[in-house]
Amino acid sequence: MDIKEILSIILLSLLIICAISVNFTKKLLPAVIIFMSYSSLMCIVWILMESPDLAITEAAVGAGISGTLFLMTLKKIEAEDRKRDEENIQKN
Amino acid sequence: MKKIFKKIKELSSGEIMSNILDGSTEPDPSREQLKEIKKETIKSLEENPDFEAIVERQRKSFNLLYYSFAFIGSVCLIGVLLYLVSMLPRYGVENPRTVEVVKRYVENGLEETGAVNIVSGMILDYRAFDTLGESHVLFTALICVNILLRIDIKNMRSDYEDYYTIKRDVYYDMSHDGVLRLAAFVFSPCILTFGIYILLNGQISPGGGFSGGAVLGAGLILMSAGFGFDKVDKIFTLKINNIVTFSALTFYSFAKGYVFFTGANGIENHIPKGTPGAILSGGLILPLDIAVGIVVACTMFGFYSLFRRGSVASHING
Repeated sequence: MDIKEILSIILLSLLIICAISVNFTKKLLPAVIIFMSYSSLMCIVWILMESPDLAITEAAVGAGISGTLFLMTLKKIEAEDRKRDEENIQKN
Repeated sequence: MKKIFKKIKELSSGEIMSNILDGSTEPDPSREQLKEIKKETIKSLEENPDFEAIVERQRKSFNLLYYSFAFIGSVCLIGVLLYLVSMLPRYGVENPRTVEVVKRYVENGLEETGAVNIVSGMILDYRAFDTLGESHVLFTALICVNILLRIDIKNMRSDYEDYYTIKRDVYYDMSHDGVLRLAAFVFSPCILTFGIYILLNGQISPGGGFSGGAVLGAGLILMSAGFGFDKVDKIFTLKINNIVTFSALTFYSFAKGYVFFTGANGIENHIPKGTPGAILSGGLILPLDIAVGIVVACTMFGFYSLFRRGSVASHING
């Protein structure tokens, strides 16, 4: 086994761990962060599979934009602490 | 459920409640009366010892049903997906059924499209109709999100209960955070430049319209998160968004329509291919890349902006 194969095995097992642990995370914010890390791992897997254009798209959309949209939604439905927000507003 | 209804009937001593449950609404009760009756019935139900037992039993049976169905469904889904994966052609092995088209693309791609990057030549020349559909899907998605999430504060009554939450969401800025500000100051120019580079080099190096547009959109998002919406509103308004997206999609449709028309009727088209490897090469690929990239960037930033403050861009400037 060369280094590439070992690396891809490690990455794929991490992918499976990420995919399962998203489902079993009770809190929403850590779930979003795990989802984003899944996308980052997937980006490296795309590079190993010799498709760098998909890797760029995965990094920008999967890890960047969709994660941001999830965080925005969490803010909209007020899943996070509401008090902290209000204190911040009063400060500014 | 029947038992609960019976209980409600028994417990509600007033005539009004029983009338409502029977379906006859002769004595029309006022809202406040109804509310009081509802409160009383709920209170007396909660005090009743049987009520909790009934609810608990129902919850348990529902949970059992729900979990068993979820388990069976997920097991079936996993089985179907694994079976379908086993039917896919193996990765890296040549498959005689699919190799014909691939061979044509790899061998004649550079000659026929003039693009060094074969992937770009494929998605914007051989399969340009696909990409047009994708851009329209993104555009439609932006319109749908706009319909669902758009907020107009001017038209909203101030006694509306969500008024202050929405107002707070609109005016609360993350740009007071020092770390975010510094990160945006350092990284956003680099990301925007990298996005433009990917966009313009689509026919030479890996990348192209969609990736470049996504990177540009991410850069715009970081910029607006770090510096506030005011800075981005100066270069990106609602009017600019509408005009740019519309003209990009129209240009794509007309340019590709011309190529398809000439190709189908055997007429020679007058678009120069250029020397392969130069920036101005690949015929229509570069302008189409730019059009797709602009649509994607506008869509991505529009999503973020709609989720954050309920409008694509400021109404005042646009």
